[in-house]
Amino acid sequence: MTVTSVHHDPDALTLSIRAEFDEPVAAVWDLWNDPRKLERWWGPPTWPATFVRHELAPGGEISYFMTGPDGDTSHGWWKVLVVEPPHHLEFHNGLANESGAPLADTPFMLMNVDLREEPPHHTTMDVVTIFPSVLAMEKFLGMGMAEGMAGALSQIDDLL
Amino acid sequence: MLTYNYMVVDSPTAPVDRLFHALADATRRDILRRSLRGEFSVSALASNFDMSFAAVQKHVAVLEKAELVTKRAHGREQRVRANVATLHAATELLQEFEVLWRERLDRFDEVLNEEKGKKL
Repeated sequence: MTVTSVHHDPDALTLSIRAEFDEPVAAVWDLWNDPRKLERWWGPPTWPATFVRHELAPGGEISYFMTGPDGDTSHGWWKVLVVEPPHHLEFHNGLANESGAPLADTPFMLMNVDLREEPPHHTTMDVVTIFPSVLAMEKFLGMGMAEGMAGALSQIDDLL
Repeated sequence: MLTYNYMVVDSPTAPVDRLFHALADATRRDILRRSLRGEFSVSALASNFDMSFAAVQKHVAVLEKAELVTKRAHGREQRVRANVATLHAATELLQEFEVLWRERLDRFDEVLNEEKGKKL
């Protein structure tokens, strides 16, 4: 896998990232579609994710939590807007309370995922994140993610 | 650190959808880019677009609510400039999100390879 491009647009509060995999599109799609596979990569090793609800259908709800090293949990939700397997997925991603209900009056992100298999057995994945505000970005980074990054880096060091 | 008026942006009377709406429009992004280069009156900004003064004024108001621009009285006119603090904070945070996604994609790739291994 290679990350082949990253584009930041601070005026539009948008991050676009492209990765390429030597795999057919169905295999790549499966990592979004299967909650047991999704939770193996969504959260960092120190804040692993558990998906408790996963309805990958238009209007479908997805609910998950991430567990930190001290047993603290951070809860999140997706609301699926568009699904066109195995090529396109669009959803809102926000923060939730402990019962998984979206936090009222709290910003959420818009996520756009596009997959294309060209040539065969080579899939390009574009992930675009659109934030409603700078505040929303800060909140999401506060969701155990900054700590998680440090944890992931130390794990890599252990492997090397 | 950036100060952000949470109530204006996220109160129930200004739903988050409006913020997506603020940034999703090409004219508004263009206004924002121009106002990064200097301070302009709404009429000066409006001269760049094939639309009415009132329409441009509405776009500016949407950006102002999202704290992406500020307005300042200059004589009898209001001048618009980009809120550099918001954009600065956005740039730094986007970089942090880039790291987050690069790491997520590394794990994504590991899972993909593990699954491939199972099938062989």
